Amino acid sequence: MNITLDEDKCCAAGQCVLVAPEVFDQRDEDGIVVLLDAQPPAEQHAAVHEAAAICPAAAIQVHA
Amino acid sequence: MTVTSPHAPLPVEPPTGCPFDPPAEFGRMRIEEPIKKISLPDGTWAWLVTRYADIRAILGDTRFSSDTTTPGYPLSGMTGGANQQNRGFIRMDPPEHTRLRRMVTREFMVKKVEALRPEIQRITDELCDAMQSAKLNGAESVDLVEALALPVPSLVISLLLGVPYEDHALFQGLTGKLLSRTIAKEEADAARSELRDYLDRLVTAKEANPGDDILSRLIVEQQHAGEITHDDVIGFAALLLVAGHETTANMIGLTALSMMGEPKTAQQLREDPSLIRGAVEELLRFHSIIRNGPRRAATADIEIGGQLIRAGEGVVVAVPSANRDPEIFENPDALDVCRPNAQHHVAFGYGIHQCLGQALARVELQVVLATLLRRFPTMRPAVPIETIPFRTDMAIYGCHELPVTW
Repeated sequence: MNITLDEDKCCAAGQCVLVAPEVFDQRDEDGIVVLLDAQPPAEQHAAVHEAAAICPAAAIQVHA
Repeated sequence: MTVTSPHAPLPVEPPTGCPFDPPAEFGRMRIEEPIKKISLPDGTWAWLVTRYADIRAILGDTRFSSDTTTPGYPLSGMTGGANQQNRGFIRMDPPEHTRLRRMVTREFMVKKVEALRPEIQRITDELCDAMQSAKLNGAESVDLVEALALPVPSLVISLLLGVPYEDHALFQGLTGKLLSRTIAKEEADAARSELRDYLDRLVTAKEANPGDDILSRLIVEQQHAGEITHDDVIGFAALLLVAGHETTANMIGLTALSMMGEPKTAQQLREDPSLIRGAVEELLRFHSIIRNGPRRAATADIEIGGQLIRAGEGVVVAVPSANRDPEIFENPDALDVCRPNAQHHVAFGYGIHQCLGQALARVELQVVLATLLRRFPTMRPAVPIETIPFRTDMAIYGCHELPVTW
């Protein structure tokens, strides 16, 4: 798995942080998404897919 | 040109005897006519959208404008509906929406809100102490709306905005009046104007003596840099207050009432508090308190679910319908606190306007739910449920009053 983000789209709703806190964080200055681990281990994959699915701004892309 | 529309209006009445369920018409519409014309109070019409997938497609597409001055924007005419003056960024489009929203997004970050959890617990505990005292002093019942549901978010917002402790009672009194249906319109208008004056004085005080709060940071970082004005800071304060108060308050009332009606679920949550987080997502989905939108105006011809929506046409999306769509949520009319995909709900909206304060709302609801279950395990409605007044007349659903005893 390889994750990419579109920071410009991010609206800082923070749902990815709730769902996958080991993969996503929020930047202190403005709450915009920060990637902690672009290639997370298998046990995180379900949570990452969930985060991408509920992201209101479609800012998270998950590549196989 | 205004022509009286021949279409039925937005359905708002829950099915008889099922106050927690959305209007029954939505179920039929999702199958037969998922994008359908409805009449608006001003005699014009708009598209009503009832399927989850179509609603996400619309709210995720910024060609559907949130600006109430965009041609075709469907005005609701409902209490709590769109206000033309001082619209705030929730009624704006990018790039201005993005610029203003990003000035406050960090204030509602997950980690920032988590740090507030102990304070939110303290506020909740003190209000619960007061409920206990009222009961010990002989009160037969307590109105949970007045005693807990309204004050929790009001006090939390006071904290965020930096309302000084000595003003809390005044602030809470004014915000409570705004949402009361039992006071006369003149009194509510007076409270609105008094609140506006209060926020004006508060911003002036912060300008002179900034503290550790949202308004002070807006003043120091944005107003001083010429990015926004004194009036804009007041506008931010009013928006955060309006957006965070009535919504959370009504979710608290409905959450409590749901638990009183489902003792097995309540017991399950008491025994395993790790289920509280998911339970709150499910309660948000199940109750879907936003009953009059969100609303948008198309700025281009866009096909959604096989229906062409033309530039200049208005769209009303039915959040309660999306959240009960069986295509997404299995057995959608059941409250299932262990539902695996509950967080796919659109109770906070979807797209770039999705609720800015959602992390805060979640923590408030988690704290209140866990505390009520722990401290008032025998709480029950003090009146027959048929006599509880529900807010079918309001943009945000809930109970006007909720007398409880234990």
